[in-house]
Amino acid sequence: MANSLYGPLDPAPDAGYVDAPPRMGFFTDTSVCIGCKACEVACKEWNAVPDDGFDLLGQSYDNTGGLSANSWRHVAFIEQPRPDPVFLGMPGQDKPDFRWLMMSNVCKHCTHAGCLDVCPTGALFRTEFGTVVVQEDVCNGCGYCVAACPYGVIDRREGDGRAWKCTMCYDRIGDGLTPACAQACPTESIQYGELDVLREAAAERVAKLHAEGVESARLYGHSEEDGVGGDGAFFLLLDEPEVYGLPPDPVVTTKDLPDMWKRAGLAALTMAASVAVAFLGRRR
Amino acid sequence: MGVRTWIEGWPVYRQLTGTDPLGRGAAAQSERSKGLTARTETADRVAKSVCPYCAVGCGQRIFVKDEKIVQIEGDPDSPVSRGRLCPKGSASLSLVTSDRRQQHVLYRRPYGTEWERLDLETAMDMIADRVLAARDATWQDRDDRQRPLNRTLGISSLGGATLDNEENYLIKKLFTAIGAIQIENQARI
Amino acid sequence: MAEAHPVGFQWVVEAKNRGAKVIHVDPRFTRTSALAHTYVPVRAGTDIAFLGGVINYILSNEKDFREYVLAYTNASTIVSEDFRDTEDLDGLFSGYDPETNTYNSDSWTYDGVEQHHEPHPDTAEPMRHESHGAPVPKDTPKDPTLQHPRCVYQVLKRHYARYTPEVVERLCGVPRQAFLEVCEAWTANSGRERTTALVYSVGWTQHSVGVQYIRTGAIIQLLLGNMGRPGGGVLALRGHASIQGSTDIPTLFNLLPGYLPMPNHEKHETFRQWVDAIRHPGQKGFWSNAESYAVSLLKAYFGAAATEENDWGYDWLPRVTGDHGTYRQALDMIDGKIKGYFLLGQNPAVGSAHGRAQRLGMANLDWLVVRDLYLIESATFWKGGPEAATGEIVPEQCRTEVFFMPAAAHAEKEGTFTQTQRMLQWREKAVEPPGDARSELWFFYHLGKRIRERLADSTLPRDQGIKNLTWEYGGEEPDAELVLKEINGYDLTTGKLLSTFNEMRPDGTTSGGCWIYTGVFKDGVNQAARRKPGREQNFVAPEWGWAWPANRRTLYNRASADPEGNPWSQRKAYVWWDAEKGEWTGEDVPDFEKTKPPSYRPGPDDTGVAAIAGDDAFIMQGDGKGWLFAPSGLIDGPMPTHYEPAESTIRNPLYGQQANPTRKVYDREDNPTNPSPPERHSEVFPYVFSTSRLTEHHTAGGMSRQLAYLSELQPEMFVEVSPALAAERGLTHLGWAHIVTARAAIEARVLVTERLRPLRIDGRTIHQLWLPYHWGSEGLVTGDSANDLIGITLDPNVLIQESKVGTCDIQPGRRPIGKALLAYVEEYRRRAGLIPGHHTPIVTTGDADG
Repeated sequence: MANSLYGPLDPAPDAGYVDAPPRMGFFTDTSVCIGCKACEVACKEWNAVPDDGFDLLGQSYDNTGGLSANSWRHVAFIEQPRPDPVFLGMPGQDKPDFRWLMMSNVCKHCTHAGCLDVCPTGALFRTEFGTVVVQEDVCNGCGYCVAACPYGVIDRREGDGRAWKCTMCYDRIGDGLTPACAQACPTESIQYGELDVLREAAAERVAKLHAEGVESARLYGHSEEDGVGGDGAFFLLLDEPEVYGLPPDPVVTTKDLPDMWKRAGLAALTMAASVAVAFLGRRR
Repeated sequence: MGVRTWIEGWPVYRQLTGTDPLGRGAAAQSERSKGLTARTETADRVAKSVCPYCAVGCGQRIFVKDEKIVQIEGDPDSPVSRGRLCPKGSASLSLVTSDRRQQHVLYRRPYGTEWERLDLETAMDMIADRVLAARDATWQDRDDRQRPLNRTLGISSLGGATLDNEENYLIKKLFTAIGAIQIENQARI
Repeated sequence: MAEAHPVGFQWVVEAKNRGAKVIHVDPRFTRTSALAHTYVPVRAGTDIAFLGGVINYILSNEKDFREYVLAYTNASTIVSEDFRDTEDLDGLFSGYDPETNTYNSDSWTYDGVEQHHEPHPDTAEPMRHESHGAPVPKDTPKDPTLQHPRCVYQVLKRHYARYTPEVVERLCGVPRQAFLEVCEAWTANSGRERTTALVYSVGWTQHSVGVQYIRTGAIIQLLLGNMGRPGGGVLALRGHASIQGSTDIPTLFNLLPGYLPMPNHEKHETFRQWVDAIRHPGQKGFWSNAESYAVSLLKAYFGAAATEENDWGYDWLPRVTGDHGTYRQALDMIDGKIKGYFLLGQNPAVGSAHGRAQRLGMANLDWLVVRDLYLIESATFWKGGPEAATGEIVPEQCRTEVFFMPAAAHAEKEGTFTQTQRMLQWREKAVEPPGDARSELWFFYHLGKRIRERLADSTLPRDQGIKNLTWEYGGEEPDAELVLKEINGYDLTTGKLLSTFNEMRPDGTTSGGCWIYTGVFKDGVNQAARRKPGREQNFVAPEWGWAWPANRRTLYNRASADPEGNPWSQRKAYVWWDAEKGEWTGEDVPDFEKTKPPSYRPGPDDTGVAAIAGDDAFIMQGDGKGWLFAPSGLIDGPMPTHYEPAESTIRNPLYGQQANPTRKVYDREDNPTNPSPPERHSEVFPYVFSTSRLTEHHTAGGMSRQLAYLSELQPEMFVEVSPALAAERGLTHLGWAHIVTARAAIEARVLVTERLRPLRIDGRTIHQLWLPYHWGSEGLVTGDSANDLIGITLDPNVLIQESKVGTCDIQPGRRPIGKALLAYVEEYRRRAGLIPGHHTPIVTTGDADG
């Protein structure tokens, strides 16, 4: 049972799906992201997500600020000035060392998802595709999941109280369609597909970029050995994760849960019963 | 709902008896989640269309259910766009279905301080009358050397770049026939 | 491109992934720069100097694709000995008349050509040849060795000899190395085996030398053999869904469908004069069939009433007398000359230059009809615009009667858009429009019916055109397909739809509303509705939609083969001569007579299409050649020359002539121009600004600031400044600033960013700032309009405004409000010497301050 909460794992069979389809995921290649935010809009149109307010944040071209209950895709913009503040137009100067990094962030659909592990109502569940989805008809807005996410992704919606995040368009992929963000993405920065295939493509992409001299290219969230057992949505970055606002070494918050269970098995069972009651309470 | 169904619908029962002892997957799936399907799949029809924003001409598929548009997304068949859309194209559904869209003719009378409602047919009649009055008041038959002019400089029009070819054709045809030449669009801007 | 056309940019990303080098030249670092290998910052308004430098690099290093240049361009043609260059005349070409600020272009012609001594083309009467080929004889002296000092090649070489990397650096602020990197990449990637595409967005046209910007690009692409070939070309990325269509089937004052000119009262008094001015009898090229196109149009307009006896109804057409452009109209509205105004999906209160003039004009009409999806600023100017705040427009005193007519959206009507590569795509109707919303087709059909009813009994000559107009398009909702069929044209003897414009006749037996669109109903099928998936076709994808003319996807593609008709290389094979079959064939529809062999040479008496030789690739040109030097057709010179923008902070480093000497100026007190050297007081407006689009918004905001999902992404008007300028003016990130010109002061939040950098120009530091132009007073997010800052100065050829570069001041804090705002701008004008009686000098050659 410890294996179900930490380390490499194929999550859908582990969650009770017999003959589960291949695990599906996102590979977001930031080296071709143009920061157009089509992903943000396509996501909101499909999922009827409310707007996030009209506030100029001044974080380069980012005005939604981060992933939240009302932004399930979020494009980060990082302006990296060159170290030396001399005029560019100065005769005889070398090429500018300036980068504008863009990255479309999203829920990682972790192999070991803290949000799911702590959800007392069964609102968060693992789908047959290995993704992690909040069920809006079940969630009672307790908010345990918010604190449990090592990436700070899942969030409660003001006024509504329930937790919301990317579903990897569970309704679409169930019908064999591509999630809205990946379908819209003009440059294939967001790729959707079988996770194993995406991991291979990502490794090739990194190798190609290295061969072209882009030494800074690296993958993030691809490794099954990391603290969350690998992400269902992983990234190719051009700088350290912190630069993009990503935790460098995320660890599932329920890593130590089995130990706790051993000590409080009965309490856990009681909790499960209360979960069911809460579940029924919402059902009408 | 019978007792047996009721019990089987109980997640804890499913959790304890099924393949998902931790209750985080199959056992936790709600009926709603189980029944989810993409609304594009249940649409009554799909109209093949083109994005209304810039001139790249990205293909769009417009999904209609019960005479309402339920989704607009990129057309993967298009050799121009291969199914992709930018943020504006992706917002086409809002563009068309927003409740901020005006659905009534509005009229502001001279020196008026507020909009008023006006019947569509009445507005059309009023506009036709005004076109002819402006034309009569400003008609130019000939220039100072008696060469034909056949025109009015009293009427202007701006717009066409967001419209269809068929519409531009009728606009130019009608205005030319009544002698209105000051017809322009975004191509001049 | 990534900013304004993200989906088009997928092809750049794909090319990059396949090894292409991407270079981005722009005043500011944009989302396109972010993905380019090389970003080259440049001073706004110096593109001709930059590209002229590229031409100089090509010619001085003999990097041109010589075989192509000799065969397909006018490089070897000898120019008249009367021609004098800007290099000789301090920035003017020969033929300049300082009284009228126009050129007599007689001396720009080819050697041995009889000079017309036509009246000088007035800047107020441009585009006489935009629509059709300019007159040049088919045979003129040539020197295939390119050694003759007056051959085009040598004239060009001398003209650009001064545009050295050093001059480019000094003038554009582009370091020599970066510039040479561009030159080397462009030339190395052109020739037999490779082609380079030049892609511009239409901000390029928004300069007082806009046409010459594009000409400069075209010269390079011709010299490098990149025209008419796959992966080459000069490609405009246009910004509205059917702006190409609305130029082809024009809602433009100077054109009729298919680029036939609107009749001019003086030059086209009769039908014969009009037709001969288009077809140039005795000349070669496809315009020689213009009479067929013209008669077919008049048959489409007037049907059976158009007869040979009445010149097909030609006398029912109205006549133009000069400049009737949209800016002339706005000023005429202020002057009370215009009574009624239709706005059709366009928002000039925000989207046109000099917003204040636009709004004051609208406030001085009898009536205004606004047709749009949302309540836009141009519908509410009488109560919600900036002039309402300053008290210049008071609802109780504003007489304009306003009709707001809700419009149908793209999903609620069927019809075609023509996208930026001339491709028509038919849209199916998804649902009915809501409430009173109607299509433009419905509106104009029913407006026309009402007007015709009211004039049904008129015997006035002026009403006969509208009475004789064919105007039956179905029932309550007009049938768009019926209109498209009329555009395509019919054989009137059989009632069958035409399949090609070659079937058109000048005898009244055919009709066709736009000859270049003939074939869109080839074989009776709506070709624009074709949707064969791209992945099931070759890379040209000819069975998706339909491109004019004749479903050709690349124009002048005869040039993709060598003079003998063989592909320049197998790698770039596109269209070629199949000697066995005796016809042109290839991936695309050949842009050449199908069975005319490469070896064909016309006889001495041949004219028109018969005079096109088998290797005349540029079949619409009077000499069959691509023009490196334009012997006629342009108002402002046969070769592009660097002029400073109408508003500049520096003296033109190259010539005494500061700015385009033929630019269209409306010299009036309500349209002041900031002073530029050699005038005094240019220091009052010490900074350069440019404007453009953001990915998240669309033009004047009517289709984006009304939507929550777009508004949240860019919620507020802002100005981008470099850290150095922020320090110089005391601006803080996210603080307020206001920007001032002689027309207006607007406010914006400040984004301090290293994406903008000061440039070293001619020994001075030049600061550039940047503004998006999407905001106005209506919508979910509102703000001041950048276009309020801009005055009305136009390119003389096409009457498009210079709105991509100007001078300004920027100060921290918000702008004054109410009447104080007017006084504030007035004080700037006073300091700049823009007082009553001031006139901006046009000719500045020989000025001591130079």
